[in-house]
Amino acid sequence: MTETIGIQLVSYSGAMGLILLGIFALVNYEHLIRVIFGLILLEAGVNLFLITLAYRADAVAPIMIEGQTAAMVDPIPHALVLTAIVIGVAVQALALALVIKTYQKYGTLNTRILAQRIAEESGTRMIEGIPTEVKKV
Amino acid sequence: MTVFSGVIFTIGLGVLLIAVMKSLILEQVLTGGIGSIILEQAPTEVGSANIVSSVLLAYRGLDTLGELTVLFVAATAIGLVLGQRSPDTKHDSEAGFILRSAADLLFPFMIMLGAYIILHGHITPGGGFQGGAILAAAFFIPILASPASPLNHKVSSLIEGLAGTAFILIGLFALVGKGYFLAPLFGTGDIGALFSAGSLPLLYLAVGLKVGSELAGLLARLQEV
Repeated sequence: MTETIGIQLVSYSGAMGLILLGIFALVNYEHLIRVIFGLILLEAGVNLFLITLAYRADAVAPIMIEGQTAAMVDPIPHALVLTAIVIGVAVQALALALVIKTYQKYGTLNTRILAQRIAEESGTRMIEGIPTEVKKV
Repeated sequence: MTVFSGVIFTIGLGVLLIAVMKSLILEQVLTGGIGSIILEQAPTEVGSANIVSSVLLAYRGLDTLGELTVLFVAATAIGLVLGQRSPDTKHDSEAGFILRSAADLLFPFMIMLGAYIILHGHITPGGGFQGGAILAAAFFIPILASPASPLNHKVSSLIEGLAGTAFILIGLFALVGKGYFLAPLFGTGDIGALFSAGSLPLLYLAVGLKVGSELAGLLARLQEV
């Protein structure tokens, strides 16, 4: 019993670690590709967390094989994670496509420089990373 | 300043998540008992040996249709953002002889593996999404090896549209015949046989073709930039 709790503890800590790393990357890095990597880590963490919830020590994967009597794990988190992985791939591909276009237009992927350029183009001013309207004299 | 507040936020979230872990219920079926009910009833109701498949295509079939829609919207948006390659742009140079031969050699085997995983999705681990991803890789590797012969986007869009239509049509047949959208058709058959689980293999075939053509088109578009 204690052994199974150990497995779940490791798995849960891993999931939370991935989520925290992902959020850290999303918040702190200024390079857009690194921000996307943060998003990918975050998704991996959430998927691992869902799978951890479905885990039971004495159970097998929910696939019926002849002569098998062991209990099976909850199939719903597995189906949800299958969905989440596919959606994740679609979101990552779309994000990368947008990054490609951004690089083609501005020639940089640094969010700070990008925010400044966009602020200049739209006639706004930067205060602590947030563009605000410039008062016309 | 921003970095500092980011670190503080992350540490705070970490402490919160550790606190949540203490009250986490482990070793139990968490989905309100629905999981155990499905485990009991799926074999007789759907007849699929892979119960995740029966959740995905029978109990949550509408969700899977929504998921396919998300994938379709993402692929469309990527096409919209990246646009069409202008015909006079230069292609990347061809890969070496070894890579090109290996790509040609791998192609039939990857198609075979993808088709196997799609068609056995209701009895073994795997299914339309996984097999579709392998099919997409099979079509994408030759493009990487010789960029001068790109993917035909018209054909891939046609396959994608037909597969999506087939999925919805099977659902509508079930709506007319059984009264529920995407209800399993044609009886359950012997559990574990290739021709079992009613309309599930047909639905997985549609999903596999749609995911395969969509991912292949999506990867090809990202490569063409």
